[in-house]
Amino acid sequence: MNRITKLFQTKLHSVLNLYFTAGYPTLNDTMPILEALQEAGADIAEIGMPYSDPVADGETIQQSNQVALDNGMSLKVLFEQLAGMRQKVQIPVILMGYINPVIQFGIENFCQKCQEVGVDGLILPDLPMEEYYEEYKPVFEKYGLLNIFLITPQTTEARIRRIDEISDGFIYMVSSASVTGKTSGISPEMEAYFNRVNAMNLKNPRLIGFGIKDHETFTKASEYAAGAIIGSQFIRVLQSASDIKTDVVEYIKSVKIG
Amino acid sequence: MTSIEQYKGQETAFGVNDKGYYGKFGGAYIPEMLYPNVEELQQNYLQIIHQTDFQEEFQDLLKNYVGRPTPLYYATRLSEKYKTNVYLKREDLCHTGAHKVNNTIGQILLAKRLGKHKIVAETGAGQHGVATATVCALMGLECIVYMGEIDIQRQAPNVARMKMLGAEVRPATSGSKTLKDATNEALRHWINNPVDTHYIIGSVVGPHPYPDMVARFQSVISEEIRSQLLEKIGKENPDYVIACVGGGSNAAGAFYHFLDEPEVKLIAAEAGGHGIHSGLSAATTFLGKPGVLHGSKSILMQTEDGQVVEPHSISAGLDYPGIGPLHAHLWDSGRAKFYAITDDESIEAGFELTKLEGIIPAIESAHALSVLKYLNAGVNETVVVNLSGRGDKDLATYMKYL
Repeated sequence: MNRITKLFQTKLHSVLNLYFTAGYPTLNDTMPILEALQEAGADIAEIGMPYSDPVADGETIQQSNQVALDNGMSLKVLFEQLAGMRQKVQIPVILMGYINPVIQFGIENFCQKCQEVGVDGLILPDLPMEEYYEEYKPVFEKYGLLNIFLITPQTTEARIRRIDEISDGFIYMVSSASVTGKTSGISPEMEAYFNRVNAMNLKNPRLIGFGIKDHETFTKASEYAAGAIIGSQFIRVLQSASDIKTDVVEYIKSVKIG
Repeated sequence: MTSIEQYKGQETAFGVNDKGYYGKFGGAYIPEMLYPNVEELQQNYLQIIHQTDFQEEFQDLLKNYVGRPTPLYYATRLSEKYKTNVYLKREDLCHTGAHKVNNTIGQILLAKRLGKHKIVAETGAGQHGVATATVCALMGLECIVYMGEIDIQRQAPNVARMKMLGAEVRPATSGSKTLKDATNEALRHWINNPVDTHYIIGSVVGPHPYPDMVARFQSVISEEIRSQLLEKIGKENPDYVIACVGGGSNAAGAFYHFLDEPEVKLIAAEAGGHGIHSGLSAATTFLGKPGVLHGSKSILMQTEDGQVVEPHSISAGLDYPGIGPLHAHLWDSGRAKFYAITDDESIEAGFELTKLEGIIPAIESAHALSVLKYLNAGVNETVVVNLSGRGDKDLATYMKYL
């Protein structure tokens, strides 16, 4: 069974998903970070595939993308790094990135590689929903990959229902209209939006992302969803880490326990 | 002289379809955060553009504010030199100095009708930024323009103009610090300000409906060429229309009413930079392959891994690693022929026009003029070159070659 599906069968609260950019801070940090995340008790690891023009991302993740590319990261290198992943890491792994490098790699080839190394899901923010439904869904399904969609406070109810209908795993609930790393904390407007979505009785659980950075925001977000996603703040932790393993474990502990 | 050119088959049908595609190219590859804004435009743009009061206001401003119709000028000495009949479509005489204002007028009228009161834009050479700042001053709307840090340095006069017009010019400091990065920053700004802000894209790029919307606002160029040619030579169709292509808005406007007239040969001049094999070029159709950038699928200069390549052109307005999806389709279908014009060739053509006709063209437009030497047009043939902008902003660059 897909590891994301399996996770949400047994755990529907305080699920913690960490985003980091592959090949950052140095090229070969991908696997050590992944292993540290598992050891620290993260529930899902989301690996960013770096791109030259990440329009949905703020400065922190942009810079990590650029550093990773300068370090020599590419999809080919990433799949090589992840080749033995499933001997060491059992938590669900998601690849997140922009569609162009995936198109150039070849959709089918990409999905096949994902299955080979044991990737469970994909987040491709600039892949349009209907395009996915018509052209990509059969290929993703063939290789056991779940496609995770984003919703925002501006996403209409009809569109949220459509996303819920055509996707499995979870829905990525973007907390506010923003690029990544811009927002901080959870406002009353966000709470109203979370409550509105919760009242829709969707089949998919939600994880809240954008603006989650510490125990307080993680706990608060977990009250309104199955859990939360931390991205930019985790990149900042990695940026200043003296020892990847120690610092990752310590940070995750501080988020979960306070 | 060896001509650097490429040419594929031939086919028809060049309008955008209801999903926003021109053949294989186009669409709306945008993150969910932009979806409501883009969908609002998709649902409303045609209806608004076709409203009588919109058209009245748009036409009135084009006539009395922009100064349209712009002349179609028979360039006698240039025609003698190339032994053919060269007409220049004088978009350089538009208010603000380039064709860009046709689009910004259209889009700001649209933005007002959508209830938006803030405007964001990107700019390369600064012509679109100036045209946007101008209409924002005219309409009393707040204006933020993103411009690559490098372009801010090489286009100082336009930066000053934007500031005087009341716009805030924000430097784009990521990536190559040119037009591509300014566009990324403008898109990010729009993501962060989705409700009150309209993004005025300056070219026929971006997610659907931008390419079609901008092409429609610029189509006044070919509409005028047709009626002016009818008056001057007794027929609406020339043999050739030449325009430069960065993103491709002036070319889209100059080609628009000729797209379904196969007897009219459409010629696009891309920026060859130091030469297409030099590693310093912006000749997208020669160096690119299909890919997705800034919300649409088109031809894109990129690495094997799908990372966008930083282009080079002497002309900031052509310094872009993609082309609009319409142009990708015109290239792919063989409807238009593409040339790669080097930096040096464009400068030469700029000086030539200045000396023969007393007109200093923008370096962008000089790329289009440079195609004349490759064309071998006949003595009885008619060639229209779209002179998209004037060269005042480029004097510092021209002076280096004097």
